[in-house]
Amino acid sequence: MLNKRVKSRIFFLSFFFFIAVLIIFFTLKSLQDNVVYFFSPTEIHNKSEISFNKKIRIGGLVKMGSINKEGNMINFIITDLKNEIAVSYSGLLPNLFSEGKGVVAEGKLNDKKYFIANKILAKHDENYMPPEVSKVLEKSN
Amino acid sequence: MLKNFFPNKILSINHQLINGLIILMIFIILFGLAYSLFLSPEDYIQGDSVRIMYVHVPSSFIALGIFALIGTGSILNLIFKIKIMPLITKSLAPIGSIFTLISIVTGSLWGKPTWGIWWVWDARLTSMLILLFFYLSYVLTWKFIKNFEKANKISSIIGIVGLINLPVIKYSVDWWNTLHQPSSITLTSAPTIHHTMLVPLLIMLAGMIVYSLIVFLMKYKTELIKFKLNKNKKK
Repeated sequence: MLNKRVKSRIFFLSFFFFIAVLIIFFTLKSLQDNVVYFFSPTEIHNKSEISFNKKIRIGGLVKMGSINKEGNMINFIITDLKNEIAVSYSGLLPNLFSEGKGVVAEGKLNDKKYFIANKILAKHDENYMPPEVSKVLEKSN
Repeated sequence: MLKNFFPNKILSINHQLINGLIILMIFIILFGLAYSLFLSPEDYIQGDSVRIMYVHVPSSFIALGIFALIGTGSILNLIFKIKIMPLITKSLAPIGSIFTLISIVTGSLWGKPTWGIWWVWDARLTSMLILLFFYLSYVLTWKFIKNFEKANKISSIIGIVGLINLPVIKYSVDWWNTLHQPSSITLTSAPTIHHTMLVPLLIMLAGMIVYSLIVFLMKYKTELIKFKLNKNKKK
Protein backbone atom coordinates (compact mmCIF):
# COMPACT_ATOMS: atom_id res chain seq x y z
CA MET A 1 0.00 0.00 0.00
CA LEU A 2 2.83 2.42 0.74
CA ASN A 3 4.28 2.41 -2.76
CA LYS A 4 6.38 5.17 -4.23
CA ARG A 5 3.42 7.18 -5.57
CA VAL A 6 1.61 7.12 -2.26
CA LYS A 7 4.79 8.06 -0.42
CA SER A 8 5.41 11.05 -2.68
CA ARG A 9 1.81 12.19 -2.23
CA ILE A 10 2.20 11.99 1.54
CA PHE A 11 5.39 14.01 1.30
CA PHE A 12 3.94 16.80 -0.83
CA LEU A 13 0.77 16.98 1.23
CA SER A 14 2.67 17.22 4.50
CA PHE A 15 4.97 19.85 3.02
CA PHE A 16 2.16 22.10 1.81
CA PHE A 17 0.20 21.57 5.01
CA PHE A 18 3.25 22.59 7.04
CA ILE A 19 3.72 25.72 4.93
CA ALA A 20 0.03 26.61 5.34
CA VAL A 21 0.29 26.22 9.12
CA LEU A 22 3.37 28.47 9.17
CA ILE A 23 1.64 31.15 7.10
CA ILE A 24 -1.43 31.13 9.33
CA PHE A 25 0.69 31.11 12.49
CA PHE A 26 2.71 34.15 11.44
CA THR A 27 -0.36 35.98 10.16
CA LEU A 28 -2.15 35.54 13.46
CA LYS A 29 0.96 36.47 15.44
CA SER A 30 1.48 39.71 13.55
CA LEU A 31 -2.21 40.60 13.83
CA GLN A 32 -2.00 39.97 17.59
CA ASP A 33 -3.45 43.29 18.68
CA ASN A 34 -6.41 42.91 16.35
CA VAL A 35 -7.15 39.28 17.21
CA VAL A 36 -7.46 39.89 20.95
CA TYR A 37 -10.88 41.22 21.76
CA PHE A 38 -9.74 43.29 24.74
CA PHE A 39 -6.71 44.14 26.84
CA SER A 40 -6.46 43.48 30.54
CA PRO A 41 -5.45 46.36 32.85
CA THR A 42 -2.02 44.75 33.25
CA GLU A 43 -1.56 44.57 29.48
CA ILE A 44 -2.46 48.26 29.20
CA HIS A 45 -0.05 49.04 32.05
CA ASN A 46 2.78 47.21 30.27
CA LYS A 47 2.08 48.48 26.79
CA SER A 48 4.81 50.74 25.47
CA GLU A 49 2.87 52.41 22.66
CA ILE A 50 -0.72 53.43 23.24
CA SER A 51 -2.55 56.08 21.29
CA PHE A 52 -4.84 57.78 23.71
CA ASN A 53 -7.52 58.62 21.24
CA LYS A 54 -8.01 55.29 19.52
CA LYS A 55 -10.99 53.03 20.18
CA ILE A 56 -9.84 50.27 22.48
CA ARG A 57 -11.38 47.60 24.69
CA ILE A 58 -10.51 46.74 28.26
CA GLY A 59 -11.70 43.62 30.05
CA GLY A 60 -11.50 42.24 33.55
CA LEU A 61 -13.56 42.02 36.70
CA VAL A 62 -15.64 44.80 38.19
CA LYS A 63 -13.89 45.55 41.45
CA MET A 64 -16.08 44.81 44.47
CA GLY A 65 -17.55 47.96 45.97
CA SER A 66 -16.33 50.19 43.15
CA ILE A 67 -19.64 50.84 41.37
CA ASN A 68 -20.66 54.47 41.86
CA LYS A 69 -23.77 55.93 40.17
CA GLU A 70 -24.05 59.71 39.78
CA GLY A 71 -27.21 60.51 37.88
CA ASN A 72 -26.62 59.44 34.27
CA MET A 73 -23.02 58.43 34.76
CA ILE A 74 -21.69 55.27 36.31
CA ASN A 75 -18.11 54.96 37.56
CA PHE A 76 -16.44 51.71 38.43
CA ILE A 77 -13.04 50.05 38.41
CA ILE A 78 -11.92 47.20 36.15
CA THR A 79 -9.34 44.99 37.80
CA ASP A 80 -7.40 41.88 36.85
CA LEU A 81 -6.30 41.47 40.45
CA LYS A 82 -2.89 42.97 39.59
CA ASN A 83 -3.70 46.33 38.01
CA GLU A 84 -6.75 48.58 37.82
CA ILE A 85 -8.31 51.10 35.50
CA ALA A 86 -11.11 53.47 36.43
CA VAL A 87 -13.98 53.58 33.94
CA SER A 88 -16.80 56.02 33.51
CA TYR A 89 -19.82 55.39 31.32
CA SER A 90 -23.29 56.69 30.66
CA GLY A 91 -25.84 54.51 28.91
CA LEU A 92 -27.52 51.14 29.10
CA LEU A 93 -25.94 48.35 31.08
CA PRO A 94 -26.36 44.65 30.26
CA ASN A 95 -28.33 42.56 32.75
CA LEU A 96 -25.36 40.53 33.87
CA PHE A 97 -23.23 43.56 34.76
CA SER A 98 -22.45 43.44 38.48
CA GLU A 99 -19.66 43.68 41.02
CA GLY A 100 -17.19 40.82 41.08
CA LYS A 101 -18.25 39.68 37.61
CA GLY A 102 -16.54 39.98 34.23
CA VAL A 103 -16.92 43.04 32.02
CA VAL A 104 -15.58 44.34 28.70
CA ALA A 105 -15.63 48.10 28.16
CA GLU A 106 -15.15 49.72 24.75
CA GLY A 107 -14.09 53.35 24.44
CA LYS A 108 -11.06 55.62 24.72
CA LEU A 109 -8.25 55.85 27.22
CA ASN A 110 -7.73 59.23 28.83
CA ASP A 111 -4.48 58.04 30.37
CA LYS A 112 -3.26 54.69 31.63
CA LYS A 113 -5.47 54.96 34.71
CA TYR A 114 -8.69 56.40 33.39
CA PHE A 115 -11.00 55.14 30.63
CA ILE A 116 -14.14 56.62 29.12
CA ALA A 117 -16.39 53.88 27.81
CA ASN A 118 -19.13 54.18 25.20
CA LYS A 119 -20.17 50.53 25.36
CA ILE A 120 -20.26 48.00 28.19
CA LEU A 121 -20.55 44.24 27.71
CA ALA A 122 -20.92 41.66 30.43
CA LYS A 123 -18.57 38.69 30.31
CA HIS A 124 -19.48 35.50 32.11
CA ASP A 125 -17.17 32.65 33.03
CA GLU A 126 -17.33 28.96 32.19
CA ASN A 127 -19.02 27.86 35.42
CA TYR A 128 -22.61 26.72 35.28
CA MET A 129 -24.54 25.66 38.36
CA PRO A 130 -27.95 25.96 39.99
CA PRO A 131 -28.47 28.86 42.43
CA GLU A 132 -28.66 26.48 45.45
CA VAL A 133 -25.23 25.04 44.67
CA SER A 134 -23.67 28.48 44.34
CA LYS A 135 -25.11 29.50 47.72
CA VAL A 136 -23.56 26.40 49.31
CA LEU A 137 -20.21 27.24 47.69
CA GLU A 138 -20.38 30.84 48.92
CA LYS A 139 -21.08 29.69 52.47
CA SER A 140 -18.16 27.29 52.48
CA ASN A 141 -15.86 30.09 51.27
CA MET B 1 -16.48 -3.48 9.01
CA LEU B 2 -15.48 -1.31 6.08
CA LYS B 3 -17.30 -3.82 3.91
CA ASN B 4 -20.55 -2.39 5.25
CA PHE B 5 -19.84 0.83 3.40
CA PHE B 6 -19.49 -0.89 0.06
CA PRO B 7 -22.30 -0.11 -2.40
CA ASN B 8 -24.27 -3.36 -2.31
CA LYS B 9 -24.53 -3.75 1.46
CA ILE B 10 -25.26 -0.12 2.23
CA LEU B 11 -28.26 0.03 -0.07
CA SER B 12 -29.89 -2.96 1.57
CA ILE B 13 -29.42 -2.16 5.26
CA ASN B 14 -30.26 1.46 4.90
CA HIS B 15 -34.06 1.30 4.87
CA GLN B 16 -34.69 -0.38 8.21
CA LEU B 17 -31.61 1.19 9.75
CA ILE B 18 -32.77 4.72 8.92
CA ASN B 19 -36.28 4.15 10.24
CA GLY B 20 -34.89 2.64 13.43
CA LEU B 21 -32.55 5.56 13.88
CA ILE B 22 -35.37 8.05 13.35
CA ILE B 23 -37.41 6.48 16.11
CA LEU B 24 -34.36 6.39 18.40
CA MET B 25 -33.63 10.04 17.67
CA ILE B 26 -37.19 11.14 18.41
CA PHE B 27 -37.08 9.45 21.81
CA ILE B 28 -33.70 10.87 22.74
CA ILE B 29 -34.54 14.40 21.58
CA LEU B 30 -37.92 14.46 23.30
CA PHE B 31 -36.33 13.28 26.53
CA GLY B 32 -33.47 15.74 26.09
CA LEU B 33 -35.80 18.67 25.45
CA ALA B 34 -37.99 17.85 28.43
CA TYR B 35 -34.89 17.64 30.62
CA SER B 36 -33.30 20.81 29.17
CA LEU B 37 -36.39 22.99 29.20
CA PHE B 38 -38.17 21.85 32.35
CA LEU B 39 -36.34 19.42 34.60
CA SER B 40 -32.92 21.07 34.72
CA PRO B 41 -32.26 24.01 37.04
CA GLU B 42 -31.72 27.61 36.01
CA ASP B 43 -28.20 28.99 36.17
CA TYR B 44 -27.07 30.95 39.23
CA ILE B 45 -26.08 33.93 37.04
CA GLN B 46 -27.94 33.58 33.75
CA GLY B 47 -31.26 32.23 34.96
CA ASP B 48 -33.35 30.55 32.29
CA SER B 49 -31.46 32.04 29.35
CA VAL B 50 -28.81 29.36 29.95
CA ARG B 51 -31.16 26.82 28.34
CA ILE B 52 -30.06 27.87 24.84
CA MET B 53 -26.79 26.15 25.81
CA TYR B 54 -28.48 22.76 25.39
CA VAL B 55 -28.77 23.40 21.64
CA HIS B 56 -25.79 25.69 21.13
CA VAL B 57 -23.05 23.52 22.66
CA PRO B 58 -23.95 20.18 21.01
CA SER B 59 -24.31 21.93 17.63
CA SER B 60 -20.83 23.41 18.02
CA PHE B 61 -19.31 20.04 18.95
CA ILE B 62 -20.96 18.38 15.96
CA ALA B 63 -19.98 21.18 13.56
CA LEU B 64 -16.32 20.79 14.53
CA GLY B 65 -16.42 17.01 14.73
CA ILE B 66 -17.92 16.60 11.28
CA PHE B 67 -15.35 18.91 9.71
CA ALA B 68 -12.59 16.91 11.42
CA LEU B 69 -14.02 13.82 9.69
CA ILE B 70 -14.23 15.64 6.36
CA GLY B 71 -10.64 16.88 6.71
CA THR B 72 -9.34 13.44 7.67
CA GLY B 73 -11.29 11.86 4.82
CA SER B 74 -9.84 14.45 2.42
CA ILE B 75 -6.31 13.56 3.51
CA LEU B 76 -6.98 9.82 3.03
CA ASN B 77 -8.60 10.65 -0.28
CA LEU B 78 -5.64 12.58 -1.67
CA ILE B 79 -3.06 10.09 -0.40
CA PHE B 80 -4.71 6.71 -0.93
CA LYS B 81 -7.42 7.56 -3.45
CA ILE B 82 -10.11 5.38 -1.86
CA LYS B 83 -13.06 5.45 -4.22
CA ILE B 84 -15.91 5.86 -1.72
CA MET B 85 -14.11 8.45 0.45
CA PRO B 86 -15.31 11.52 -1.51
CA LEU B 87 -18.84 10.14 -1.34
CA ILE B 88 -18.60 9.92 2.44
CA THR B 89 -17.17 13.40 2.93
CA LYS B 90 -19.58 14.86 0.38
CA SER B 91 -22.47 13.39 2.39
CA LEU B 92 -21.17 14.75 5.69
CA ALA B 93 -20.77 18.34 4.54
CA PRO B 94 -24.41 19.53 4.36
CA ILE B 95 -25.38 18.45 7.89
CA GLY B 96 -22.10 19.87 9.21
CA SER B 97 -22.87 23.22 7.58
CA ILE B 98 -26.35 23.26 9.11
CA PHE B 99 -25.02 22.64 12.61
CA THR B 100 -22.39 25.36 12.17
CA LEU B 101 -25.18 27.75 11.22
CA ILE B 102 -27.29 26.61 14.19
CA SER B 103 -24.30 27.14 16.48
CA ILE B 104 -23.78 30.68 15.23
CA VAL B 105 -27.47 31.64 15.35
CA THR B 106 -28.17 30.13 18.79
CA GLY B 107 -24.93 31.64 20.06
CA SER B 108 -26.10 35.03 18.86
CA LEU B 109 -29.49 34.59 20.52
CA TRP B 110 -27.67 33.65 23.73
CA GLY B 111 -25.24 36.56 23.49
CA LYS B 112 -27.83 39.31 23.39
CA PRO B 113 -29.39 38.71 26.83
CA THR B 114 -26.11 37.70 28.51
CA TRP B 115 -23.30 39.75 26.96
CA GLY B 116 -25.55 42.54 25.73
CA ILE B 117 -24.63 42.17 22.07
CA TRP B 118 -25.63 39.91 19.13
CA TRP B 119 -22.16 39.53 17.62
CA VAL B 120 -18.55 40.47 18.24
CA TRP B 121 -15.48 39.87 16.12
CA ASP B 122 -13.58 38.00 18.79
CA ALA B 123 -11.40 35.00 17.95
CA ARG B 124 -13.96 32.31 18.80
CA LEU B 125 -16.89 33.79 16.89
CA THR B 126 -14.78 34.86 13.92
CA SER B 127 -13.14 31.45 13.56
CA MET B 128 -16.59 29.77 13.69
CA LEU B 129 -17.73 32.04 10.87
CA ILE B 130 -14.60 31.02 8.94
CA LEU B 131 -15.59 27.39 9.53
CA LEU B 132 -18.98 28.16 7.98
CA PHE B 133 -17.22 29.62 4.93
CA PHE B 134 -15.09 26.48 4.61
CA TYR B 135 -18.19 24.29 4.81
CA LEU B 136 -20.03 26.38 2.21
CA SER B 137 -17.02 26.35 -0.15
CA TYR B 138 -16.87 22.58 0.24
CA VAL B 139 -20.56 22.08 -0.56
CA LEU B 140 -20.58 24.57 -3.44
CA THR B 141 -17.46 23.01 -4.99
CA TRP B 142 -19.28 19.72 -5.37
CA LYS B 143 -22.41 21.48 -6.58
CA PHE B 144 -20.88 23.65 -9.29
CA ILE B 145 -17.90 21.71 -10.60
CA LYS B 146 -19.27 19.10 -12.93
CA ASN B 147 -16.15 16.99 -13.37
CA PHE B 148 -16.00 14.50 -10.48
CA GLU B 149 -12.23 14.24 -10.24
CA LYS B 150 -11.73 18.01 -10.37
CA ALA B 151 -14.39 18.62 -7.73
CA ASN B 152 -12.83 15.88 -5.64
CA LYS B 153 -9.36 17.44 -5.74
CA ILE B 154 -10.52 20.99 -5.02
CA SER B 155 -12.88 19.98 -2.22
CA SER B 156 -10.20 17.80 -0.63
CA ILE B 157 -7.84 20.77 -0.53
CA ILE B 158 -10.56 22.88 1.06
CA GLY B 159 -11.11 20.13 3.64
CA ILE B 160 -7.41 19.84 4.47
CA VAL B 161 -6.73 23.58 4.74
CA GLY B 162 -9.88 23.91 6.83
CA LEU B 163 -8.43 21.44 9.34
CA ILE B 164 -5.99 24.13 10.45
CA ASN B 165 -8.96 26.24 11.54
CA LEU B 166 -10.17 23.58 13.97
CA PRO B 167 -7.49 23.93 16.68
CA VAL B 168 -7.76 27.71 16.23
CA ILE B 169 -11.48 27.50 17.03
CA LYS B 170 -10.95 25.17 19.97
CA TYR B 171 -8.10 27.07 21.61
CA SER B 172 -9.14 30.59 20.58
CA VAL B 173 -10.57 31.17 24.06
CA ASP B 174 -7.27 30.14 25.66
CA TRP B 175 -4.77 31.75 23.28
CA TRP B 176 -6.37 35.21 23.14
CA ASN B 177 -8.61 37.44 25.21
CA THR B 178 -12.12 36.77 23.92
CA LEU B 179 -15.61 37.76 24.98
CA HIS B 180 -16.64 34.11 24.63
CA GLN B 181 -15.94 32.25 27.84
CA PRO B 182 -13.34 29.44 28.14
CA SER B 183 -14.36 25.80 27.59
CA SER B 184 -16.45 24.21 30.31
CA ILE B 185 -15.91 20.67 29.03
CA THR B 186 -12.32 19.69 28.28
CA LEU B 187 -10.42 16.46 27.84
CA THR B 188 -7.91 17.31 30.55
CA SER B 189 -9.86 18.72 33.50
CA ALA B 190 -13.15 18.18 35.31
CA PRO B 191 -16.20 19.86 33.75
CA THR B 192 -17.18 23.20 35.21
CA ILE B 193 -20.83 22.46 34.52
CA HIS B 194 -22.87 21.06 37.40
CA HIS B 195 -24.05 17.51 36.72
CA THR B 196 -27.73 18.53 36.70
CA MET B 197 -26.91 20.61 33.63
CA LEU B 198 -24.25 18.37 32.10
CA VAL B 199 -26.60 15.39 31.79
CA PRO B 200 -29.26 17.09 29.60
CA LEU B 201 -26.44 18.57 27.52
CA LEU B 202 -25.03 15.11 26.81
CA ILE B 203 -28.51 13.75 26.03
CA MET B 204 -29.10 16.51 23.51
CA LEU B 205 -25.64 15.83 22.04
CA ALA B 206 -26.49 12.15 21.62
CA GLY B 207 -29.80 12.97 19.94
CA MET B 208 -28.22 15.45 17.57
CA ILE B 209 -25.48 12.96 16.67
CA VAL B 210 -28.14 10.38 15.76
CA TYR B 211 -29.86 13.04 13.67
CA SER B 212 -26.58 13.80 11.85
CA LEU B 213 -26.11 10.09 11.21
CA ILE B 214 -29.61 9.83 9.70
CA VAL B 215 -29.07 12.78 7.35
CA PHE B 216 -25.62 11.46 6.43
CA LEU B 217 -26.93 7.99 5.60
CA MET B 218 -29.75 9.37 3.46
CA LYS B 219 -27.39 11.53 1.45
CA TYR B 220 -24.76 8.78 1.23
CA LYS B 221 -27.34 6.42 -0.23
CA THR B 222 -28.19 8.98 -2.92
CA GLU B 223 -24.52 9.59 -3.71
CA LEU B 224 -23.88 5.86 -4.05
CA ILE B 225 -26.77 5.49 -6.50
CA LYS B 226 -25.50 8.45 -8.55
CA PHE B 227 -21.98 7.03 -8.50
CA LYS B 228 -23.11 3.62 -9.69
CA LEU B 229 -25.26 5.14 -12.44
CA ASN B 230 -22.34 7.19 -13.71
CA LYS B 231 -20.07 4.19 -13.64
CA ASN B 232 -22.57 2.20 -15.72
CA LYS B 233 -22.99 5.05 -18.16
CA LYS B 234 -19.26 5.16 -18.81
CA LYS B 235 -19.20 1.42 -19.51
